[in-house]
Amino acid sequence: MPSPEPLAVEPAGRSTATRSVELDAFPTRTRLSTLTDGLRAYGMIAAMWIRSTMTYRASFVMTTVTSFVVTAFDFIAILLMFTHVDALGGYQLGEIAFLYGAAATSFGLADLLVGSTERLGRRVRDGTLDTLLVRPAPVLAQVAADRFALRRLGRITQGLLVLGYGLGTVHVEWTLLNLLMVPMMLVSGALIFAAVFVAGGSFQFWAQDAAEVQNAITYGGNTLLQYPPTVFAKDLVRGVTFVVPLAFVNWLPALAVLDRPYPLDLPHWFAYLPPVVAVLCCWLALLAWRAGLRSYRSTGS
Amino acid sequence: MEAFIELDGVEKVFDVRRRAGLLRREKSQVRAVDGLSFTVARGEMVGYIGPNGAGKSTTIKMLTGILTPSGGRLRVAGIDPARERTRLARRIGVVFGQRTTLWWDLPLKDSYRLMHRMYRIPDQRFRENLERCVELLDLGELLEVPVRQLSLGQRMRGDIAAALLHDPEVLYLDEPTIGLDVISKAKVRDFLRDLNADRGTTVLLTTHDLTDIEQLCRRVMVIDHGRLMYDGALAGLHEVGESERTLIVDLERELPPVVIDLARTVRVEGPRQWLAFPASQSAAPLVSALAARYPVMDLSLREPDIEAVIAKMYAGRSGQ
Ligand SMILES: Nc1ncnc2c1ncn2[C@@H]1O[C@H](COP(=O)(O)OP(=O)(O)OP(=O)(O)O)[C@@H](O)[C@H]1O
Ligand SMILES: [Mg+2]
Repeated sequence: MPSPEPLAVEPAGRSTATRSVELDAFPTRTRLSTLTDGLRAYGMIAAMWIRSTMTYRASFVMTTVTSFVVTAFDFIAILLMFTHVDALGGYQLGEIAFLYGAAATSFGLADLLVGSTERLGRRVRDGTLDTLLVRPAPVLAQVAADRFALRRLGRITQGLLVLGYGLGTVHVEWTLLNLLMVPMMLVSGALIFAAVFVAGGSFQFWAQDAAEVQNAITYGGNTLLQYPPTVFAKDLVRGVTFVVPLAFVNWLPALAVLDRPYPLDLPHWFAYLPPVVAVLCCWLALLAWRAGLRSYRSTGS
Repeated sequence: MEAFIELDGVEKVFDVRRRAGLLRREKSQVRAVDGLSFTVARGEMVGYIGPNGAGKSTTIKMLTGILTPSGGRLRVAGIDPARERTRLARRIGVVFGQRTTLWWDLPLKDSYRLMHRMYRIPDQRFRENLERCVELLDLGELLEVPVRQLSLGQRMRGDIAAALLHDPEVLYLDEPTIGLDVISKAKVRDFLRDLNADRGTTVLLTTHDLTDIEQLCRRVMVIDHGRLMYDGALAGLHEVGESERTLIVDLERELPPVVIDLARTVRVEGPRQWLAFPASQSAAPLVSALAARYPVMDLSLREPDIEAVIAKMYAGRSGQ
């Protein structure tokens, strides 16, 4: 290799001729392979985090137990309430347990899988997202798997227990359709919550301290959905149906199973929309994520 | 020679908001990189230097696809990094001196195992590369140690190994020797030199330690305010910069300022005197002339620091 000739460069003027704007930003790799790559990376990173938490085994056991106990008390409060009243918003204890369990399980699943996106703001602020961007794996998968915490299984366990209690108590004719509604509701609900988590996380690309807003919708939404829609003002129910479509997580499908009227005058088939709404929400969340990622600007040091 | 890295009029502008009163915020723009053009051939080892805030890290972030250029054209191995970041990631290695990619709570080797799987490195290849890094970077004893227990220098060596297990064609290093002691620095430099010579890995190195560049890079690029100020051999930089080295002389007793042809005395403090002479000139004749005429007790030589060289060169060039 010849030693390069010294070449002093004049401070160049701004070159406008070469300013290239490339708009058709379609990656050459297919969507499907991105998805499988993402899942693969997710699994690997989640496993690393599980191993990391296991290095503090005592602390892991403590937080898992605490998480379970805290969420358990949440439902115990409702049980206590029912020692004084027979119905809440016209709903019996079993029905409430059904709503509560469905919401808590969906939320727990979403929280376990993508709840870590709420920490994105910190990575954006301190620029540590840089290190994820130079990896050959989708960033969303890496961020979602960040600090993957098995202790969140505590919430899912509690949700499933309450749901089981509800299902065993309610008086429902368990036709095939009604039976299928339950898993459909849980999966769609988890996806809707996941989309809200991801959309909220994307928002933190612009506003790094927006985790509060995200929490209000996810954790707040979860609490809201644990009660029947009849206890809330109509406007709130409308917002939760049409603006942030959390009502599709459990209210609409569960009320159809329970054969109860929905407070808003909606056609019956709305109860079967959760999968469609879930796919739509996920798609919007991914768009928001991409836009956010494009606006990422790292930090000065 | 094949151009491996190509920049043509690349720009990066940051919008920044500054508080200009209690509620009002002023928008302004920072041109971190301002019309930068250069090429690097495959197998070159290039030093990329400049004062704080010159735009070095920003350039590296654009080369890796972390940041999207505001204008201009940029290619690495024929790939536009911002558009195909993930595809490019397999072919590049990056070490940010300020930031670790290792897993804090896990033994060092676990981080490497993750690399193995994430980059789908063939088993045989992974074993060879790891063995090589362990040997040359002296990591043998550290593999089982949780990263949080490593010292800064040990961690940096661990990070460098992590960036190389997948046989990247190009390695970007942003201040890899920051905070390292002399021995660690030497180890890292030796390793990089071998890597470049044996594997032909292209290396782009950012540093504030001129010795790194002196020992490693035939070619150096200097940027300031996001513009390329100099591109060539390091020796040439000293000439362009008219920089000076300093000989610190301890005399037997306090004397009036030394008068000698080859240097000028710039400072006197008791029996200690500071003599400046052009960096392009050898210190040997000056030392012998001095020893012949003055009662010298001790000597030490200070290299011009990179910031001074650049500052001087920049001032000289733009005539400000
Ligand atoms: N994310 C950012 N937002 C706003 N301004 C930025 C950002 N990143 C860099 N800058 C600005 O761009 C300029 C170049 O920064 P850069 O980090 O590239 O410098 P550098 O050459 O790496 O400096 P150093 O030697 O201090 O690391 C600086 O003026 C810096 O303030
Ligand atoms: Mg920098």
